[in-house]
Amino acid sequence: MTASAVPAPTPTSTGEMSRIRGLKTRRNAELGLLVFAMLLVAAFGATVEANQFDEIRPGFWLPAALIGTLFLGLHMVVRFTAPYADPVLLPAVALINGIGVAFLRRLDIARAIAQETPEPGLFADTSGRQLAWTLLSLVLASVLLLVLRDHKIISRYAYTLGLVGIVLMMIPAVLPEDYSEVNGAKIWIKFGAFSIQPGEFAKLALVSFFAYYLVRKREVLSLASHRFLGIDFPRGRDLGPVLTVWLFSLLVLVFEKDLGTALLYFGLFVVTLYVATERSSWLIIGLLLFFGGVYVAYLLGAAIGGPFANFYDRAELWLDPFSQENYTRESGNSYQLVQGLLGLGTGGLFGTGPGAGSPGKVPEVRTDFIFAGLGEEIGLFGLSAILIIYLLIVERGLHAALAVRDSFGKLVAGGLAFTLGLQLFVILGGITGLIPLTGQTTPFLSAGGSSLMANWLLIAMLLRISDAARRPANTPAERAGGPKKAPTQLHGAMTEVIKP
Amino acid sequence: MPEFVLTVARFGFLILLWIFVFTVVGVIRRDLFAGGRTKSIVASPRGVGGAVLQGRPAKAKRGKAARQLVVTAGNLAGTRITLGEAMITIGRAEDSTLVITDDFASARHARLVPREGQWFVEDLGSTNGTYLDRGKVSGPTPVPLGVPIRIGRTSLELRP
Repeated sequence: MTASAVPAPTPTSTGEMSRIRGLKTRRNAELGLLVFAMLLVAAFGATVEANQFDEIRPGFWLPAALIGTLFLGLHMVVRFTAPYADPVLLPAVALINGIGVAFLRRLDIARAIAQETPEPGLFADTSGRQLAWTLLSLVLASVLLLVLRDHKIISRYAYTLGLVGIVLMMIPAVLPEDYSEVNGAKIWIKFGAFSIQPGEFAKLALVSFFAYYLVRKREVLSLASHRFLGIDFPRGRDLGPVLTVWLFSLLVLVFEKDLGTALLYFGLFVVTLYVATERSSWLIIGLLLFFGGVYVAYLLGAAIGGPFANFYDRAELWLDPFSQENYTRESGNSYQLVQGLLGLGTGGLFGTGPGAGSPGKVPEVRTDFIFAGLGEEIGLFGLSAILIIYLLIVERGLHAALAVRDSFGKLVAGGLAFTLGLQLFVILGGITGLIPLTGQTTPFLSAGGSSLMANWLLIAMLLRISDAARRPANTPAERAGGPKKAPTQLHGAMTEVIKP
Repeated sequence: MPEFVLTVARFGFLILLWIFVFTVVGVIRRDLFAGGRTKSIVASPRGVGGAVLQGRPAKAKRGKAARQLVVTAGNLAGTRITLGEAMITIGRAEDSTLVITDDFASARHARLVPREGQWFVEDLGSTNGTYLDRGKVSGPTPVPLGVPIRIGRTSLELRP
């Protein structure tokens, strides 16, 4: 196996042999964890069958085996194209994706039983479609890993990607509502029965662009500052880009009627800025700007309505979901939010057990509210485990950012990992009533192709960067004229230095 | 299906889920400390052959250990730092052990780490690189006595 292929030090070698970590590829650990994850998915399926059909049928392991085969395919691709990649990322994401598909299948089965139709086949209904999306996502991720052998190549297309990101982000805002609005949020492009959320892909492009821009400007942004109240504040003219992005995300908030997306883009930029400059003042400025802007939007919504009305309504529902008025309103009531909260409450500490609850009562339980539905069945205990797995995925992303040697890779990995965490915060905060609810997808869990594809691409990028981070500085393959290393100072060379 | 089986399945799944979490944490842990066990983890400086690498433990004997870090060229020429057990960070950042005001140095440029009586220099992703004698440092590299470490216009040396 390639996993144990440690480059043995030869007496004639004189160059830098290796770095401290990363001698081992750990691919076998990844394989083991992947098998474990698929066992968990099979166990979930078995419990569902026990609760729904009152028997565990001999074919209960088929869905898990099927999706496991797909992940195994990606594992093989990683083995050959990114042998030093982080061993934890793939299995952890595979577990969440697998549980998502299994839970969707459980919902399909329950619906079929309720409607007294025959049990849906493996490839039918929502779970079947999700399985197909998973296959497509894994193919995309493999292609990315195969084509992109060095993450620094992306920086060459940074401005193109920035433009693509902005265009993708703007399309739903300018399209007529018939083609872009679902449940009051204009974040879709719909053609016929098919619809995609371009914003999911836009964030990947924007992270790459922000990273490139900030690598070039980091010195200016972090050195030129004046001190006020013990915090280093940047100069006025350096605030330009931040203010632009802030304005942009507020426009998104108003025209796409989606607080979550706005928070996602703005948070992404501010955090990348913070990572690039190591100045906490950016975080403070960003938070103040965002909450100020949101509060003003809320006041405007109360006073003049118009484009701000949707956000005002959502904030009202968030403030008091259980009030009679909010619950029984004609349109845009808090029924969904309340059902989700009741579902989580029913689950309690240990949940009703997979397949034993009634998550079908929550509207949109397949997409936005999948966490509430899952929470009813696996309880706080299970949900915390899932959350910790998410946390570990984000942590591995940040770890790759810390360990990788070029600043562009650092910013991309940090930005991507943070986006994943922030998106999770936005949707879970919405479901649990911590922040106003906005329709974000739960990464890897909820039904939906765009989200799944975009997030698997994100994981493929993290795998690529973590491979670069853990790879020994000078492997024998490279010495023998393998892939050439790009000059390490490619992106640092253009920084402008200003003395404080 | 008997109630007992359902209960076992329900809790069994949760327990398995947590075992998975701890297995993942275990893998991460092993990954973090993987480097600490092996002996030949560090590179020999460029131009120094493997034979010297094998002779390294002898070189790091007591009496010949580095006691001082001396700045031999640059703005801070003449500065001396007495070496202890702690790591030395070098860079423009104010919290560095050795703050150098050099236009060609990064905020966190390089660090010197002691291990078993031997000091290792390690570049911290600096823009312009760290050089040990003539070779560029790309991993933790042992620093022999009297060999200059170059950071921008600044030169440093270990002295007994």
